[in-house]
Amino acid sequence: MKIRDLILAVAALATAASSLVTTPVQAQAKEQFFPLLSYRTGPYAPNGIPWANGKQDYLKLINARDGGINGVKVTFEECETGYATDRGVECYERLKGRPGVTVFDPQATGITFALTEKVVVDKVPLITLGYGLSIAQDGMAFKWNFPLMGSYWTGADILVQHLGNKEGGLDKLKGKKIALVYHDSPFGKEPIPVLQERAKMHGFDLQLIPVTAPGVEQKSAWLQVRQSRPDFVFLWGWGVMNSTALKEAQATGYPRDKMYGVWWAGAEPDVKDVGEGAKGYNALALNTSGTQPKVIQDILKHVHGKNQGSGPKDEVGQVLYTRGVIISMLSVEAVRRAQERFGKGKVMTGDQVRWGMENLALDQKRLEALGFTGIMQPLSTSCSDHMGSSSARVQTWDGSKWGFSSDFIQADEQILKPMIKAGADKYMADKKMTRRTASDCQS
Amino acid sequence: MAFFLETLLGGLMAGMLYSLVALGFVLIFKASGVFNFAQGAMVLFGALSMARFSEWIPQLTGVDSLFMANVLAFVMAAVVMFVVAWAVEYLVLRHLVNQEGATLLMATLGIAYFLEGLGQTLFGSSIYKIDIGMPKDPVFILEGMFQGGVLVNKEDFYAALIAAALVCLLTLFFQKTVTGRALRAVADDHQAAQSIGIPLNRIWMIVWCVAGVVALVAGMIWGSKLGVQFSLTTVALRALPVVILGGLTSVPGAIIGGLIIGVGEKLSEVYLGGFVGGGIEIWFAYVLALGFLLIRPQGLFGEKIIDRV
Amino acid sequence: MFYRENGQFKTTYQADQQILPIRQDRMVMMLILVFAIAVVPMLASDYFFRAILIPFLIMSLAALGVNILVGYCGQISLGSGAFMAVGAYGAYNFFVRIPGLPLIPALILGGLCATLFGILFGLPSLRVKGLYLAVATLAAQFFSDWMFLRIKWLTNDSPSGSVSVAELQVFGFPIESALSKYWLCLALLMVIALLAKNLVRSAVGREWMAIRDMDVAAAVIGIRPMYAKLSAFAVSSFIVGVAGALWAFIYLGAWEPAAFSVDISFRLLFMVIIGGLGSILGGFLGAAFITLLPIALSQILPSLAGLVGFEISTAGVSHAELMIFGGLIVWFLIVEPHGLAKLWAIAKQKMRLWPFPH
Repeated sequence: MKIRDLILAVAALATAASSLVTTPVQAQAKEQFFPLLSYRTGPYAPNGIPWANGKQDYLKLINARDGGINGVKVTFEECETGYATDRGVECYERLKGRPGVTVFDPQATGITFALTEKVVVDKVPLITLGYGLSIAQDGMAFKWNFPLMGSYWTGADILVQHLGNKEGGLDKLKGKKIALVYHDSPFGKEPIPVLQERAKMHGFDLQLIPVTAPGVEQKSAWLQVRQSRPDFVFLWGWGVMNSTALKEAQATGYPRDKMYGVWWAGAEPDVKDVGEGAKGYNALALNTSGTQPKVIQDILKHVHGKNQGSGPKDEVGQVLYTRGVIISMLSVEAVRRAQERFGKGKVMTGDQVRWGMENLALDQKRLEALGFTGIMQPLSTSCSDHMGSSSARVQTWDGSKWGFSSDFIQADEQILKPMIKAGADKYMADKKMTRRTASDCQS
Repeated sequence: MAFFLETLLGGLMAGMLYSLVALGFVLIFKASGVFNFAQGAMVLFGALSMARFSEWIPQLTGVDSLFMANVLAFVMAAVVMFVVAWAVEYLVLRHLVNQEGATLLMATLGIAYFLEGLGQTLFGSSIYKIDIGMPKDPVFILEGMFQGGVLVNKEDFYAALIAAALVCLLTLFFQKTVTGRALRAVADDHQAAQSIGIPLNRIWMIVWCVAGVVALVAGMIWGSKLGVQFSLTTVALRALPVVILGGLTSVPGAIIGGLIIGVGEKLSEVYLGGFVGGGIEIWFAYVLALGFLLIRPQGLFGEKIIDRV
Repeated sequence: MFYRENGQFKTTYQADQQILPIRQDRMVMMLILVFAIAVVPMLASDYFFRAILIPFLIMSLAALGVNILVGYCGQISLGSGAFMAVGAYGAYNFFVRIPGLPLIPALILGGLCATLFGILFGLPSLRVKGLYLAVATLAAQFFSDWMFLRIKWLTNDSPSGSVSVAELQVFGFPIESALSKYWLCLALLMVIALLAKNLVRSAVGREWMAIRDMDVAAAVIGIRPMYAKLSAFAVSSFIVGVAGALWAFIYLGAWEPAAFSVDISFRLLFMVIIGGLGSILGGFLGAAFITLLPIALSQILPSLAGLVGFEISTAGVSHAELMIFGGLIVWFLIVEPHGLAKLWAIAKQKMRLWPFPH
């Protein structure tokens, strides 16, 4: 009994003491810190892991191949959030105070909502490539949010346009039925306003079928799909929900070639173990995949070649891995751009990185120099446009790999702009904030 | 009408799958009075073992046939579950004899967290495949009577057959073998069983082993259907209403309860869900079980709760 | 030697019935309060406030509420997450729909919403007992999960279902900095803990404990089970609802229904059982254990692994956290099934005799 008590006392003291010790701050000069919020555990891990590995590998490449950003070494630290909002907030609080902190990519819509309020106070930008708050595209309202390359609204819009192209015109959609099988969370519910708007415009019938998170059992959802026999199904899922949806679609006999997934439902973990059963399934592609692009080759040479890879080698070049690489690249380019204005070779603050992110100009030439030809479209941000580029393609799974089945489609700004403005206005009225002035854009 | 039959059949088969998981709960509660919250983690652990072993065996030993790889994987996974059962009994249960229900419940929750962490450490967090040769495409029956036929999911149908076979095996085990009789004696009254010489610790370990194999079979079937990933533990939460509706101590209760909950869930989601926007099946199952409990507080087939005052 | 009560004679009933009758206890409590109110703000960093102290305070409050229901009244409830959610969304709705509503009334109104919800979902306790009740309360949990996703009015028609609050103020003082948030949570926790301690020492508290120990015998001697059980649910849900509103408003700032999922319910039950059922102090100890352990592990484990010479990934740390968490819970339950509060009580008993062994 005494030994037990002793061990208990020591354990209690150790816990108390260690929690009082704050993480030692690496106050090194000339180091730019990239916090990496990620999830490698939990129901969304299969998709979160390649994403996190891509982000890390690109940062390692910058150090290994380029020696840092104009001489400033890149450091990073991962923090496990498990897709949970409270853990994400804790990770953010822990890492936001590091010197040279650049930008946060929460990898989760729920955490994005929680951090949107906090980054305004803490002055660190938030990059939410292809997810997060759709109305944050309006840079004059959301100074610190950057939904680069797309949001749920642009994705939904592009899918409807693609269907219109396929059917021979958006007017041909009249009378058709589209079912949205979505993850019952803010992530899944975001596209609904755009789809409802488009349904009104073109006369198609929109059926909403929620799937309770994490989407492990979807039999009733797909029985409902079978009952209403929609012409098309949009899949808005993440993690295990995607592969389960495809399996249930196969089990209820819904043709997979009539299914269209958002760019978060179109990666290898979603279709690999369904294999032939997912043949014909279409999904949006925000970026290409494959090991041909020069930057992927560089990563294989400089990072994996020296056994510094964050994950398995056959993951390099996959859809979500490449997306992670893009996110890190955009963060690094924002720092580089900030250095052009605020001092080359110096460590940038969060505010300066934000300016850099707002003034990105990645044209085709620059993309080629970076090794990203063919991966993504040219991107240029501005004070009012925090998205930079809003086009995507549609890819189709042929049983063993993805192949493109459409050209690049641009999201229709005519429809989205008024919705974004209305949404941003309402958000600011609720929070009693005002829009930025033009002079604020120069700072 | 055809669609109603489809939903009904789908519900019945989903219910059988839930009762597979519920069986594990009932077995352990019946024999040792412990409500095993770790059942979900055991299902995951069993499924992970089987999935990974069936992947590693062909790589390491060059066994070609899928059937042999699966059989070997199943045997190895069963051994792993036996080790887990032994560890749980030796390290946890033995020291918590005679504690109150809440303490044992918490201990099993602790075991659940431990198994989840261990499973992901040993086997990984991605989605893994279990391929036991289940057909994935649907079949249409009664095409003469109804236009288009009634959809029957072949995989679910075979799963329901396996579940039924397992229940028959378990019933035979309990009724006809000596160990089965000892288990029933222990379930009836621990102290009386001990007084006639039945070794309690060994019986508890056997029960946990049997529950482990049941969890493995459930994990195999669910894993074949959905893929094996951490989220498989949430299936246990779906199976809880089955347990309380059928009664915590009754094996036929687990089956009947499963059928009722399965049908109730699917019918409610498809027919009622539309009016309220959908997504109601999880809480509807619980409310349904709650409704039955208000009429029979011990579950449909459970033992009446007798309180000595 | 130091912890003796001889020489402390009480001359009034009031003095005899106070919560801390021994002078040394009162002094230690004073010291703790002074430490918490004045010393910690001077020493702690911003991160320490935001990520460690504030969650600890809010979770202690919630564990207090759950302890009243599970520890004092014996009704096992797995729906605490739902009560927190109802408190949070209730407070949010009042805050947003009544412009200029101060924070404290919003929190209290949120707590009252949770009380109504708690009484409704506590009704099954009149018929169902024990483990069946525990699983039945999960109905409350899943219903609340669904309710806040589907009923748009409850989230102020936000298109995504995610809501947020800003510009909190108490009597004109803005609650923005970490320090002000800390003091607000501490103040609320102190007031509610005091009220709860007195409640459980009163007739109502004794009724709850009678129901917990032998409900049939309690009914025989004239304690009405319906009033006792439902009042336990009501008080417990109020406290848990206020804690939920604090969690949402103060800690998260912007949240969605998934922030109050079944995981939180299990965590609260863990806190209560590890801390000690049926003890107000137990809630605090359990909350400290459960909130601090993951953070401590994520700091210690990488350095420990570094000592032994291998690099551990964040996933590995997360898995190890799960395993150590589960292992520690089992170990605590084996070593002391009555929780940390019982260990503390044994320590106090030994201190009374020190330096003598018996």
